[in-house]
Amino acid sequence: MKKFAVVAAMATALLGSTSAYAVDLEVTHWWTSAGEAAAIAEFAKLFEEQTGNTWVDSALAGSGTGANPVIISRIIGGDPMGATQMNTGRDAEELIQAGLIRDLTPIVEEMGGLGFYVDQSLLEPCTYDGKIYCFPINIHSWDWLWLSTAAYEKAGTPVPKDWNEYVASWPKLQEAGILPFGLATGWPISGVPGVLMSGIGGSELVLQVNRDKSGEAVRGPEFRKVAEAMDSLRQVISPEMMVPSFGDVGTQLLKGEAAGNIHGDWLQGDLQVAGGVPGENYECLPALGLGDQLTGGGDSFYFPVLPEGTDQAVIDAQTELAKILISPEGQLKFNLVKGSMPIRTDIDLSAANPCMQKALGLLKNGLLPSGDFALSSDTQQQLQDLNIEFLDDDSITVDDYVERYASIIESAD
Amino acid sequence: MADTAVPLEAGAETAHRPGLLKRILFHNLPAKIAALPMMATVLVVFVGCTIWTVYYSFTNSKLLPTGKFVGFDQYERLFQTSRWNVSVTNLVAYGAMSLVFTLVIGFILAVLIDQKIRFESAFRTIMLYPFALSFIVTGLVWQWIMNPTLGLQGTLRNLGWSNFSFDWIANPRMVLFAMLIAGLWHGTGFCMVLMLAGLRGVDEEVWKAARVDGIPTWRTYVSIVIPMMRGVLITAIVILGSGIVRLYDLVVALTNGGPGISSEVPAKYVFNYMFSGGNIGQGLAAATMMLLTVLIIMVPWAYLEFGGKGKRT
Repeated sequence: MKKFAVVAAMATALLGSTSAYAVDLEVTHWWTSAGEAAAIAEFAKLFEEQTGNTWVDSALAGSGTGANPVIISRIIGGDPMGATQMNTGRDAEELIQAGLIRDLTPIVEEMGGLGFYVDQSLLEPCTYDGKIYCFPINIHSWDWLWLSTAAYEKAGTPVPKDWNEYVASWPKLQEAGILPFGLATGWPISGVPGVLMSGIGGSELVLQVNRDKSGEAVRGPEFRKVAEAMDSLRQVISPEMMVPSFGDVGTQLLKGEAAGNIHGDWLQGDLQVAGGVPGENYECLPALGLGDQLTGGGDSFYFPVLPEGTDQAVIDAQTELAKILISPEGQLKFNLVKGSMPIRTDIDLSAANPCMQKALGLLKNGLLPSGDFALSSDTQQQLQDLNIEFLDDDSITVDDYVERYASIIESAD
Repeated sequence: MADTAVPLEAGAETAHRPGLLKRILFHNLPAKIAALPMMATVLVVFVGCTIWTVYYSFTNSKLLPTGKFVGFDQYERLFQTSRWNVSVTNLVAYGAMSLVFTLVIGFILAVLIDQKIRFESAFRTIMLYPFALSFIVTGLVWQWIMNPTLGLQGTLRNLGWSNFSFDWIANPRMVLFAMLIAGLWHGTGFCMVLMLAGLRGVDEEVWKAARVDGIPTWRTYVSIVIPMMRGVLITAIVILGSGIVRLYDLVVALTNGGPGISSEVPAKYVFNYMFSGGNIGQGLAAATMMLLTVLIIMVPWAYLEFGGKGKRT
């Protein structure tokens, strides 16, 4: 009898491992712009080729602010997907505490640790109680000033080498009828102060504000420069010139209708898909051409705990996908298309374009914690509201802005 | 004491309660059974969820409703937030204008259509059609029409009228009127149909009597017909009012709160802080304030309407 049980157990184990039939794994993410969609398709291709499973793509519109809530409500509501992109931070932490996210530590142990991550601080948001709950799959950074070569040709001035030259070129651009700064409505403005902070204010300021949440630092002279830069920026932005999405700003840059834009590295994927060549059609200045460190963090993938009674094959597919996302091959293919930096540098990046090469150079100096990582989404929302209001309403002075920014940072949790 | 009290109570019960209870419980039993699901829905969904909302607005809950009790902290923060204050001002301004204009235009349209014109049903259909569209579609359509570079302004400028200007949607001071245009386009048709029904409900004899007395038509409308339409007017106001307070989708599609925060509304604040901001406490505090606003308007009205002795129409 005992023997039979052992044999039976072995048989089922064998059955389980050999009869790997194809299953569907739903993956949610908000990479919907042209460049991003092309990048995520690389993962899907790899996953389907290597495992024979089907990648069911559920792209959600609305970027982090629109899609993240949908993802969270699905997980809370008991309808989890197989894998999902999700903002790291406080929200994810609550889900982990509630036991809704799969613990990836066994997979990490199986792979022999995560020492290949270029900056171990990337893993901090994924670590909870010493366990790993998500995998950052790229390093994205807001700290880019994108410049249009076509626009500067029209205006007849050389393409600026840093932020100060860029600001100085505005009058000439306006004379030539070119928009100095292209901007999309809504959230894209929310990243700009952070970029100005690391570029103009310096690394120390970023740490004091984002990490230490020091209101004093915000009221200090360094942040004032940032606020003044925001003030000069709003002089050249008018609501009627705003376009609906950041992809449209990319088009403006390529056409030479707008001269510059501060936006994250994901804009580059769109520029490339639209046929732009770095160095020819557009120029990029990481950290505004002033700083030597980038603020940033990873886009992370989470694997929700699936409801009881789920086929083991689906859970295995989760495991396989997790490994593929951070494998050298997956990293290379994904990041080359997306324009973001890979989480591991033990891969051949000679195919990377000049902009990415510049960023990889800065990556050696370590990453600064960006606002999206160090601050809760509540605080981010408040800052976004403030920035949008400040941009549009000239009656808010620089002093008001600094004071309100400081009080939000002070009350941040 | 206990010994005497119990029998007394029991006695009282057997004396009066059974008959009363029986009558309350079993009188018209099928109707009561049929109403049970609705009663349960009202108690659990409306009353229950409202209590839940109010309770959690006093906590510091973030993503999940698990926070500790913090008193009025969320409300203090709420009223220090300029976005919320702007939202409330916007809603009051938009709401007042929208209510008045919808009622007036709706009534005038209804009167015009009521003049025994030809193709009445065709006009009625045309006027009511926008109401069949969702606010999202309405918002998007008007966003394109009013977009300064791509819409009406751009088109007319391209045609040679170079100083034509219609940039309300991008102008913080005019954006509420842009919203009003879209809202009126959407809502007046519905109001017109309601009013038309009210007008048709006025007896022809009343008109004849007024004519015999030599009362001018406008005077008949103002002094006789409108007072007789009280029921319809109240229905229209309640429907329009509730639509105004929950105004959300039109703003999201039309302006997304912009330019700046000049067209924000309370419902959008609630949504943003509950979901993208991950701060349930703050969102629910805002939601509670919205409820309170509705109650402040509704309670006196309900008291006048149902509390006093029947002066119903």
